[in-house]
Amino acid sequence: MKNVSVLMVGVGGQGVILASDILAEVAMASGYDVKKSDSIGMAQRGGSVASNVRFGEKVFSPLIGTGEVDYLIGFEELESARWSPYLKQNGIAIVADVVLVPLTISEKAPHPEWERTKAILGEYTKKVYLVPASEIGAEIGNTRALNVVLLGFISHFLDIKQETWRETIKEKIPPLYVQSSIRAFKRGALSAAKMISTVKEAKK
Amino acid sequence: MKQLLSGNEAIALGAYHAGVAVAAAYPGTPSTEILENLARYEGIYVEWSTNEKVALEVAMGAAYGGVRAMASMKHVGLNVAADAFFGVAVTGINGGLVVVSADDPGMHSSQGEQDNRRFAPFAKVPMLEPADSEDAYKLMEWAYIMSETFDTPVLLRSTTRISHCKSIVDVNKERRASSSQPAFKHSPAKYVMIPANARVRRLAMEERMGKLAAYVEHFPLNEITWGSRKVGVISSGIAYQYAREVFEDASFLKLVTTYPVPAELIKSFAREVEKVVVIEELDPYLEEQVKLLGIDAWGKNFIPSYGELNPDIVEAGAVKAGLIPSREKQSSKPVSPPLPPRPPLLCAGCPHRAAEYTLRRLGFRSPDEKRVPNQAGTGGIVITGDIGCYTLGVMPPLNALDTTACMGASIGQALGLKRAGIEEKIAAVIGDSTFMHSGITGLVDMVYNQTGVTVVILDNGTTAMTGHQGNPASGISARGEKVVSVDLESLVRGAGVKNVSVLNAFDLTALKSTIKAAVESGEPSVVIVRGDCPLNKRVAAKPLAVNKELCNACHICLTVGCPAISVSDEGDIVISDLCVGSACTICAQVCPRKAIGETAG
Repeated sequence: MKNVSVLMVGVGGQGVILASDILAEVAMASGYDVKKSDSIGMAQRGGSVASNVRFGEKVFSPLIGTGEVDYLIGFEELESARWSPYLKQNGIAIVADVVLVPLTISEKAPHPEWERTKAILGEYTKKVYLVPASEIGAEIGNTRALNVVLLGFISHFLDIKQETWRETIKEKIPPLYVQSSIRAFKRGALSAAKMISTVKEAKK
Repeated sequence: MKQLLSGNEAIALGAYHAGVAVAAAYPGTPSTEILENLARYEGIYVEWSTNEKVALEVAMGAAYGGVRAMASMKHVGLNVAADAFFGVAVTGINGGLVVVSADDPGMHSSQGEQDNRRFAPFAKVPMLEPADSEDAYKLMEWAYIMSETFDTPVLLRSTTRISHCKSIVDVNKERRASSSQPAFKHSPAKYVMIPANARVRRLAMEERMGKLAAYVEHFPLNEITWGSRKVGVISSGIAYQYAREVFEDASFLKLVTTYPVPAELIKSFAREVEKVVVIEELDPYLEEQVKLLGIDAWGKNFIPSYGELNPDIVEAGAVKAGLIPSREKQSSKPVSPPLPPRPPLLCAGCPHRAAEYTLRRLGFRSPDEKRVPNQAGTGGIVITGDIGCYTLGVMPPLNALDTTACMGASIGQALGLKRAGIEEKIAAVIGDSTFMHSGITGLVDMVYNQTGVTVVILDNGTTAMTGHQGNPASGISARGEKVVSVDLESLVRGAGVKNVSVLNAFDLTALKSTIKAAVESGEPSVVIVRGDCPLNKRVAAKPLAVNKELCNACHICLTVGCPAISVSDEGDIVISDLCVGSACTICAQVCPRKAIGETAG
């Protein structure tokens, strides 16, 4: 199997690192070689976070090159746009409908609306999925479960057993939140399945 | 058992399994998690030391006492510990001693970039470099074996991408039972470095480096992977991983013993390939070692000697040098127009904000200063800064600092600026942990030489920037236990500072009047500003609210630089749920119309 490169991006405090930890663990449990590297800088203080996860038969570099990302998982719209040049041609962008406006917006660098973000992503790939994360969070009563919703969404594309995901989530998430996290995960996976069948329908 | 471990976790587990008995460190990115992980294990003494020099001295003493010991630090920490490092290189050890230096190429979280591999030949200490977590885990045992076999400290050199990257480790050992009981063997000839003894030890160092040069020729973790013989890549550390990714069918010599290098192994590898290429991050260190062997090698002629490498940089260099063909891939055209950045900022509720806000607004004036509305300008004061979260106060809108160079320097710099005779007032800003680390000696200098500057100690009760480790002033141990805390106020008074005040970090009025009085006094003075880090001691809080009737959108509240305050599309001031509410209220204190309060009404 060719190595799979996943780039998870967001803002410090959104749960990006925990999500990439879980993905890396499920990849290992599925028998793959895996490497993971975070660019966090001083992110606890609200900076951009990017976490590289690569898995496959044998992985050397933990960092993904530009134009090499198979799956860009955006926890926030602006951050998804920022990292879009890393996408492979026809890589898949999965973006949560979360907006965290930074304080640095100016006339020269305005905050992009979703249409603009989508256009930026569109320069690099046609496959962009906007995940209704806020709606799902409200529905399951846990807006903090964004990271697991997104893991559920990407699980639709990866050849990893449901059981492995479940076991790893149980291991990595505090017991109190395991049930709601598993619900969030399933809801994310369902959302992906629906969206993709809609796309296929539309193509027909 | 296979485990997914970061390099730092692997170093800690490797040291634990190798039977380390004493581990000391001072927090510093990217090294911090090594000691944090060791603190999870029983049967081992761990401490946050006052600074890296003390950490290494503690580890050195433990090694003299016959047990396995380690000190871990970031690259610049080894500058602080250099005196001890060179010292123990001369005396050698009894129990094994490993010094871990975690370098930060690219300066993710550092004030400077340096290649600490240079320390190994400089101090004549053998060095090992892991290329992933598996190496890091295995190398700890090897490091102790080398240390004890050759009577020397060993430098284990990591980098951010090794320390913080997770990869799979086959954890196949258990903790080694200690083979030796703690015991100090009295031997002044070995441990008391008067010149007569040091001269003898100097020869022993030469002898040991000779033996090590032979030893590393057969070191099992140096590894050759044969591919095409057209290009032979010599590499170490994370650069090896990038090279493997980029040069798909070259031959590789991966080195983990990078001082001394295995000369014969390198020569025999070089003989087998048409072109020798060295891929390494930062300095041309390996390249020089290879060239010293009379081998014609390429390296820094196509790989930059600064900044962090990544596969893109190595590939672009190799294509340009004609070593590999270019390949088709998505163009990496940047996003245009540029997107707003997301730089790190002082958090909402940060106890440093009010003091840093105040410093430029004490009412002093530089002769040439122009006033800009809502901007404090330089405020007729030079503010020397230090290393910690408060360094972020340099960013607009606070613009609070004029200098930051190295740990503790704020005080010495302030003393020097004063003695230079500049016209402006002078204050030094330093955090509690940094003050303990290396501010005390500067403060004693201030007292001794009676230099009239004001030292503002920002005491947030923790070492926040590196993730809330304890320090001597906070009185929290490396295992998170409440222990004795050093009383800052008594310490500075005891050193002979007479003008000392202690203030609440969130009281703007008191901060302004007290700091102003201290600066105007012209005496050596200390202002301790005390307030908990909101990330360290989280409290449930109700965000403040803006009374729209009273607010006239003057934007003065934006000048405190709080990430919880923003302007909506409609032009209203909005306070987000990042706000810590009544625990802070700095924005409410600066609001001229009293429009910010606990309720919007």
